[in-house]
Amino acid sequence: MHSSTVAARRYQRRPAQAQRVLRLAGCAIGLLPLLVAAIIVVAPVWWTVVSSLRPPAESFSLPPQWLPLHPDWNNYLDVFRKIPYGTYVLNSAVVSICVVAGQIATATLAGYAFARFSFPGKTLLFWLIMATLMIPLQATIIPVFVLISKLHLNNTLGSLILPALPTAFGTFLLRQYFMGLPNEFEEAAVIDGANQLQVFARIYLPLAVPGMAILGILTFNGTWNDFYRPLIFLTDQQTYTVPIGIVSLFGYLSTGSVSTVLAGVVLSVAIVLAIYLLGQRYLVEGLTLGGLKS
Amino acid sequence: MNQQHALPARRPTRGGALAWLTEETTAGMARRKTLLAYLFLLPTVLGILVFTAGPVLVSLGLSLFSWDVISPPTFIGLNNYQQFLSDPEGLKSFVNTFIYVALDVALQIAVGLSLALAMQQKMPRWLRYAFRSAFFLPLVTSGAAVSIVMSFLFNKDLGAINYYLGLLHIPPVPWLSSASWAMVTVVLTSVWQQMGFTFLVFTGGLGTISPEVLDAADVDGARGWRRLWYVTVPMLSPTILFVAVTGVIGALQVFTEPYVLTNGGPGDATHTVVMTIYQAAFQNLQIGYGSAVAALLFAVIMAVTAVQFGLSKTWVFYQ
Repeated sequence: MHSSTVAARRYQRRPAQAQRVLRLAGCAIGLLPLLVAAIIVVAPVWWTVVSSLRPPAESFSLPPQWLPLHPDWNNYLDVFRKIPYGTYVLNSAVVSICVVAGQIATATLAGYAFARFSFPGKTLLFWLIMATLMIPLQATIIPVFVLISKLHLNNTLGSLILPALPTAFGTFLLRQYFMGLPNEFEEAAVIDGANQLQVFARIYLPLAVPGMAILGILTFNGTWNDFYRPLIFLTDQQTYTVPIGIVSLFGYLSTGSVSTVLAGVVLSVAIVLAIYLLGQRYLVEGLTLGGLKS
Repeated sequence: MNQQHALPARRPTRGGALAWLTEETTAGMARRKTLLAYLFLLPTVLGILVFTAGPVLVSLGLSLFSWDVISPPTFIGLNNYQQFLSDPEGLKSFVNTFIYVALDVALQIAVGLSLALAMQQKMPRWLRYAFRSAFFLPLVTSGAAVSIVMSFLFNKDLGAINYYLGLLHIPPVPWLSSASWAMVTVVLTSVWQQMGFTFLVFTGGLGTISPEVLDAADVDGARGWRRLWYVTVPMLSPTILFVAVTGVIGALQVFTEPYVLTNGGPGDATHTVVMTIYQAAFQNLQIGYGSAVAALLFAVIMAVTAVQFGLSKTWVFYQ
């Protein structure tokens, strides 16, 4: 036999296990930075949950606990005793649900109009509305505050709901959705005698539900977690929303019971987290659309 | 001859506006559709006029007055602007904000891009899902909640972070108590919360790069780091520009994290422009002065964005 053939056979007989081990090691090294990043992301969350269950006396003592050895659920009850947390959740819920419903309504109507009707001034109006997306909150919040005060709406939940009802972003989102639907449905329906309202309500509106879901979950997330606007418009403790509530808890107790504050934080995150887990797909899609605006 | 075939002159339809609308003709249908369109648009357009477009102009106008909402406003021209520009505290807030913007956007891009690239490698589906869920997790939390938690973790003497650094024989870092470190801590908090978003955007951007280009690069001998730097990143440059522009606009308006973490402190190390606006307009009820600072911020946002777009011509590569 030629030496090259012998050498070739020897190469082939090299243990497959060694190659597999090397490949696994390569994979592991590649995954290492991701693992580190995931730990950095999850560790504070985990720490918060575990620390919220520590008895108040040792809530801040080192070394930090990573397993709830003696869970003290009292801290969670304490949150409700120290601040009217139930009221805060109710306030946040009312504001978030109203804003979501309102935005879905206005955006669906406006998006449909831009997508499927033609009328004088359509292009100009659309681009003017899109231009307002570039206006930062700070440029408008002071006059809005004055307007709300003059309407005697300050310190009510309406002050948070009303200005949030129109949405240029939502209009854009729903317009894109409607533009992706075929015209044949309308033509068929009109031949069957439907008027424009019926075409909208019975045919195209149900088809846009995914778009509405995306807008809904993005808006819910943003509204529930909003801190700046409630801070400005709400001064009466009974009207506080959850983020303001936990910061007030933080203010009263930051040198006292850390675990109670953390219990409040966990509670505040739990609700949005539950909705996120249910609608994760929509949140990701919504962020992508908002991010790429394709 | 022509006159015999001329059409009779058009008469206005009898019955007025209602007949004009309910006419059973193509023109009538078009009119009904137009009216419906305007009706559909009414809530949004009205809302945007009242709560966005209108207020911008009003805000500019208010900046020329001195007003405390209760007593009538007094016109003082550009005094508010003069006052702000000659106030070292005011200018410091802009400097602080710029430092924050530079650190925050740079770190966001670095982290988001690295994560997106790292996630490109092969892995079992459950693991990919687990990683992505982990990275998105902070996005559903409020900036307030995150800041509260971080203020405990970054505590100099009792925080977990310094505890673990101590195990590595690193002396405790005054994360929140030192003027030099405070802004870094605010940035770290903000990046922690938002890295999921930049990660997502870059993942989308990477998805637009056709595999053929990457394969071609491989064949031509550009592997690994060279391919990353000479092929992948240039093809990602529109995405990077998008993240940079939106990141800068958002970062210029930072408020919640410095407010909750350090309340602008220590001293005024983390006092940002929006904190100045908040204090002036909503705590001290100096509506005119606050509006002037807000107008300045708006101008800065526009200017910086314009500069970014201008510079982008030199480094962004569009397919």
